[in-house]
Amino acid sequence: MVNQHSAAERRHYQFRRATERLAGAGMVLCTAVTVFFLFMILGYVVYNGASAIDWNFLTGLPLPPGESGGGIANALVGSVLVVACAVLIAMPIGLGAAIFVNEFPSARLGRTVRFMAEVLTGVPSIVVGLFAYALVVRPMGSFSGLSGSIAYAFIMVPIILITSHEAFRLVPTSLREASLALGVPKWRTILGVVLPVSRTALLTGAVLAFSRALGEAAPMLFTAFGNPFWNLNLGKPIATVPMLIYTYATGPYDDWHQKAWAASFVLMMVVLVTSVMTRAFLRGKSHE
Amino acid sequence: MSDEAIDSTFSTGNAARVVHHDTRVINFGDRLFYRVTQAFALIVILLAFLLVFDLFRGAWEAIQTFGLKFLVGTTWDPVKREFSTLPTVIGTLVKAFIALLLAVPISIGSAVFISFYLPKWLRPFISYPIELLAGVPSIVFGLWALFVMVPVIRSLQIWLKANFGWFFLFDGPAVYGVGVLSGSVILAIMIIPIITAVSRDILLTVPRPQIEGMLALGATKWESIWQVALPYARVGLFGAVILGLGRAIGETMAVTMVGGNSFAMIHSLFDPVHSMASQIASEFTEATYSLYVSSLIYVGLVLFGITIIISLCAQYLIWRLSKGHVAVFE
Repeated sequence: MVNQHSAAERRHYQFRRATERLAGAGMVLCTAVTVFFLFMILGYVVYNGASAIDWNFLTGLPLPPGESGGGIANALVGSVLVVACAVLIAMPIGLGAAIFVNEFPSARLGRTVRFMAEVLTGVPSIVVGLFAYALVVRPMGSFSGLSGSIAYAFIMVPIILITSHEAFRLVPTSLREASLALGVPKWRTILGVVLPVSRTALLTGAVLAFSRALGEAAPMLFTAFGNPFWNLNLGKPIATVPMLIYTYATGPYDDWHQKAWAASFVLMMVVLVTSVMTRAFLRGKSHE
Repeated sequence: MSDEAIDSTFSTGNAARVVHHDTRVINFGDRLFYRVTQAFALIVILLAFLLVFDLFRGAWEAIQTFGLKFLVGTTWDPVKREFSTLPTVIGTLVKAFIALLLAVPISIGSAVFISFYLPKWLRPFISYPIELLAGVPSIVFGLWALFVMVPVIRSLQIWLKANFGWFFLFDGPAVYGVGVLSGSVILAIMIIPIITAVSRDILLTVPRPQIEGMLALGATKWESIWQVALPYARVGLFGAVILGLGRAIGETMAVTMVGGNSFAMIHSLFDPVHSMASQIASEFTEATYSLYVSSLIYVGLVLFGITIIISLCAQYLIWRLSKGHVAVFE
C-alpha cells in the first residue's frame, strides 16, 4: 500500500513534530538559564566568601578604613538585635490581627485587614525606610537602631499576618467545636487549642519574616544607618550586616570587597539555612 | 470585587462561619478577647494609613513648592533648589520593562517546564532551588552584579558599540559598564524566580482533564499547552508578570549599585541613569536642607503610588484566577 497521506498532510505532521521538539527544547533552555544564575550567584558567594571567613572575621571589630584585617562582629550582633527587636514589635500585631481575621470571620474589618496586608507586602522597602525616617528619626533627631527595628517590623507584620492566618485556617473546625462543646469560652479555645495546634506553622511564619528582614538593606540606609564601632544601644546608630555589605562593596579597598563577599556568605547561609529548615519542618508536619 | 467573592476567599468555609458567626459574645473574657484582637487588626489598618500620611507630611514642602510640575520637569539641581522627577520615573520604568522583556519568556518557560514536563517526583528538585533564588537578599544580588556581571556587560557593551554603534540604542557611553543595561539585567535575574514560582502555582491549577482531553484528541503536548493551558491561565500569568513588574520598580539596592546613578534622560541602553529608588538611596543622607529631603520623599511618594497601583492589579488578577489558593509572596 502506498502512503495514504498526501504530501501536504505529511508536511503538516512534520511541522507539528518539529514545533513540539523546539518548544520542549526551549523550555529546557529557560529552566537551565534560571538554574544557571542560581548556581552562578551561589557559587561566587561561596567561592569568594568562604575563604575570607575566620575566627577574627566573626569576632573582631572593623579597623580604620584602609587597614586590612578586623571583623564584622558589631554588624552581626547589630543585625540580630535590630531584627529581634522588630520581631518583638511585629509578632503581637501580626498574630493578634490574624486571630481576629480568622476567628471572627463575620467582621468586615477582618477581610479589609487581610486585603491590606497583601497590598502592604508590595510596598518597596526603600519607601518603608522613608516612612520610618519621617516617623521616628526626624522627631528623635538622630539615626537609631530602634527606627531600623520599626522599619523591619513594618515589613514583617503583613508576612506574619498572612502566614498565621493560613496556619489558623488549617486548624480543623471540629477541634474548636469540641472545645466549645465542653463549655470552654471562645478566648480560651483560641489560646488553648487553636494556637498550640498551629504552633509549628506560626513559628515558620516568624522565621520567614526574620530571615526576610535580615537581608534587607534599603530600609536601614536612613534609619539604623551603620556604625563602625561596637554598639548595643538601640537609641544610637547601629551597624547591620546588609548595610555593611553595601558600604564595603561600594568602597575603594580590596580588603573591604573581600569582607563584603564574606559577609554576604554569612548572610546567605543564615537565610538559606532558615529557609531549608522551615521547609523541612513544614514537610515533617504535613506527614503527621 | 463582590462581598460574596471576598467571603469565599478569606473565611474558613461555611461550617466554620456558622460556628463562629456569633460575635455578640456573652461573657466578659470573650468580649475582651474580641476587642483586643480587633485592636491589633486596627493597628494594621492604622499602619497603612500612617505610611501614606507620613509620606505626604514628609513631602509636603516639595508638594507645595513644585506641585504636579514635579512629575513632568527635567531638572534636579540641589544648588538652585529646583527639583523634578520625570527622568528618574522614565529611567525606572525603562529598566523595569527591559527586565520584564528578558525575564517573562524565561520565567513562563521554566514554569511550563516544571508544571507540565517534569515528572512529579522531580519537580521539587528544580522548583525548590528557584524559590531559594527568590530568597537571596537583594544586596547579595547587587554585590554579585557589581563584581561579576558588570565587567561582562561592559565588554558586551564595548563590542556592541564598536559593531552596531550606528543604532541609537547602542550609541552611548559603553565603557562605564554600569547603566541601564546592567540595571535591567540584574532586575531580570531577580524577578525570574518570583514570576516563575507564582506562574508555576497558577499553571498547576489548570484542570488536568482539560489538557488530557486535548491529548486524547490527538494534539501534541505543546499544542495542548499553547491552546488550552496557557489561555486558561492567562489572567493569572499576567498577574504574576505584573507582580514581577512591581518588584522591579521598587527594587533598591542592586539597582543603586549597578544602575549608574546620574540624573539624566535616557538616550541609549548604556547611559548611567537613576531609578527612583536609587536616587533616594544615594542622595538621602547627603540632602542638606529640608526642601531637598522633602523632594526626595516626594520621589518616594510617587514610587509608592506606582507600586501600589501595580500591586493592586496583580493581587486582583491572581485572585480572580486562583480564588485565593495562591499565596502572593514567597
